[in-house]
Amino acid sequence: MSLLELTDVTRSVRLPDDRMLHILQGVTLSVGAGEHVAVVGRSGTGKSTLLNILGLLDAPTTGEYLLEGVPIGRLSNGTRTRRRGRDFGFVFQQFNLLPGRTALENVSAPLLYARGRQFWQRTRLATQMLERVGLGDRVDTMPDKLSGGEQQRVAIARALVRGPRVILADEPTGALDVETGGDVMDLLDEIASQSGAALVTITHDLAVAARAERQYRLTEGVLVPIRLDSGSDWVGDVPTLVADRSSAIERRLPDAEVDA
Amino acid sequence: MTGIVGAIVEAWDELRIHKLRVLLALVGVACAVTAITSVTAVIAMLKQAAQEQSDRQSGRLVTLTVSAYPQEQAAATPADWDAAFTDLLTRYSITYASRDEWLQVPVRLPDGKQTVQFRTVDADLGTIDRIVPTAGRWFTDTDESAFGPTLVVNQSFLTSLGLTDLSSHPTVEIGDRAPVTAAIVGVIANDWPGAEPNAMVLYDQYHRWIGDDGSGIQSGGAPSEGGSTAASMNQQVPQVYLWVPTDQARPLTARIKQDMQSVAPGWQVDVQSNNHGDGGLGRATTYAGIGIGGLALLLGGLGLVNIALVTVRYRIREIGIRRSFGATSGRVFFGVLLESVVATIVAGLVGVTLSVAIIKNIPVDKLFGGGIQDMPPFPVSAAVVGMLCATAVGALAGIIPASFAVRVKVIDAIRY
Repeated sequence: MSLLELTDVTRSVRLPDDRMLHILQGVTLSVGAGEHVAVVGRSGTGKSTLLNILGLLDAPTTGEYLLEGVPIGRLSNGTRTRRRGRDFGFVFQQFNLLPGRTALENVSAPLLYARGRQFWQRTRLATQMLERVGLGDRVDTMPDKLSGGEQQRVAIARALVRGPRVILADEPTGALDVETGGDVMDLLDEIASQSGAALVTITHDLAVAARAERQYRLTEGVLVPIRLDSGSDWVGDVPTLVADRSSAIERRLPDAEVDA
Repeated sequence: MTGIVGAIVEAWDELRIHKLRVLLALVGVACAVTAITSVTAVIAMLKQAAQEQSDRQSGRLVTLTVSAYPQEQAAATPADWDAAFTDLLTRYSITYASRDEWLQVPVRLPDGKQTVQFRTVDADLGTIDRIVPTAGRWFTDTDESAFGPTLVVNQSFLTSLGLTDLSSHPTVEIGDRAPVTAAIVGVIANDWPGAEPNAMVLYDQYHRWIGDDGSGIQSGGAPSEGGSTAASMNQQVPQVYLWVPTDQARPLTARIKQDMQSVAPGWQVDVQSNNHGDGGLGRATTYAGIGIGGLALLLGGLGLVNIALVTVRYRIREIGIRRSFGATSGRVFFGVLLESVVATIVAGLVGVTLSVAIIKNIPVDKLFGGGIQDMPPFPVSAAVVGMLCATAVGALAGIIPASFAVRVKVIDAIRY
């Protein structure tokens, strides 16, 4: 049984002029425990909407979403929210650290919504997690005193501190330079694999996507499996796209097309 | 459990981090709480001052006054009146009681013998009527067995002796044919400017040393020549004051009337209570206080709502992030509400503290005329009212921004 399973999911919204905007169309995706899946695509193709649906921040218009085999439509709002806090960790492009709070307070913030040992030992757990991401000496530092890479590491620590089963990373390197982005992804990969959490990365950086075991491309709301060659360089080098079911190769970025 | 503790921790963190905003928001609330608490305390003091004034005039609540007068000329003076008085105290466990008799007594003053108005009383009258000497002291139990009468006189009496204070331990001769030397132990203020000299003496002492007729009694206790009991001459008995618990005043009135009537055949015995209910002043001051305090609180609360709403708009993104951590809408609502409540509780504490400082430094004598003998401690009720109002304002002021925070869509909030 997959951890997350989307079947023929659509997401549509009504525009002010009464037209319907179809953001996602017939998306089918399955993510197993401990897997690393990447979704690439241009801006405005529905990547974030897909992530929001996966992370229970949004709901499909049609189609089915099974979370560990349970349709999420059957879950109450409160249950969905609690499962979001317990099972998902979010890493955002803009870090989204809470202003005015130290790195430690940021990392321990999700534990305020936990129960039992996680709640009562939140400071210790948050400190350990910061040490794990290499920021053991910056626990009392405010986010605005940290570099971009450090802020994202704090965000990663925060996403992982409750021991989620799925990490949803939305453009995790989008606000970082290439080298720092590489370091952050190394860390994210390492910690996700150590903790056994599934990692779903949404990016338009093909090199970041190439780190995943499975890659998908989202074009105008349609999700298509692709294969990226992981042997690409980070700087200036165009990664190789390998179609999932064919050998067609396209070297054009970012509109790399895949022949079915 | 963890949910509640977590919400409180979250609320406290929020306040800690946004100290300046909280401070600005709470200045109004603290001032309002100070106002309502101070007004409540002042009302309590005003009531106490009015009560004490009333006590001085007609005894403490509830004082029963027993008086008797003959219904016919030939009615014999009740011989057992004093004994019946003593029995009353034992039978009904009355702690404070006094007899009160008004007499004209000859006194030898520097410019000759004059007749001065005396009141014969029991020591308890000092407590019942809140009598506070301006100099010296009031009667004590030891005065009952002193080897001479002791007097508490008014200022005019002291002046007529050519004295301004009691430093010389003054004495005065009282009585007619066999005068007795009495020691003046206390001075009370004149009831009004230009009041005539008068004095108070203990009832039992007076009748032991001076006699019923005011003539003075020769040593040995025998009545002076020509003396006869004043009661038989004047056909009067002392009034009796009994300070009784409020809830027992009504049943005791009937029983005491019956008891005293039984020792005074041919006399009409009346028992009157000084409990006439809360006066209009008390109600008026209470309503005025509630009005003033309520208005202050309303203004403080509006300021708080205003700042809280603005703050929540600034915090939309943060609320969205917290929702992504698993904060339920209930938790977000409760958190924002709790921030407001915790903040106003802190403001309430500040307000109450300020109020205590202000009230404790009020020049009570100037504010309430005669001052307050039993200055009430800062009324706990005022502090409780202040804290409750602060909490209520916090809760009400928190509901609006909390409702706003709950309606925020998580996705929009994260991108805000």
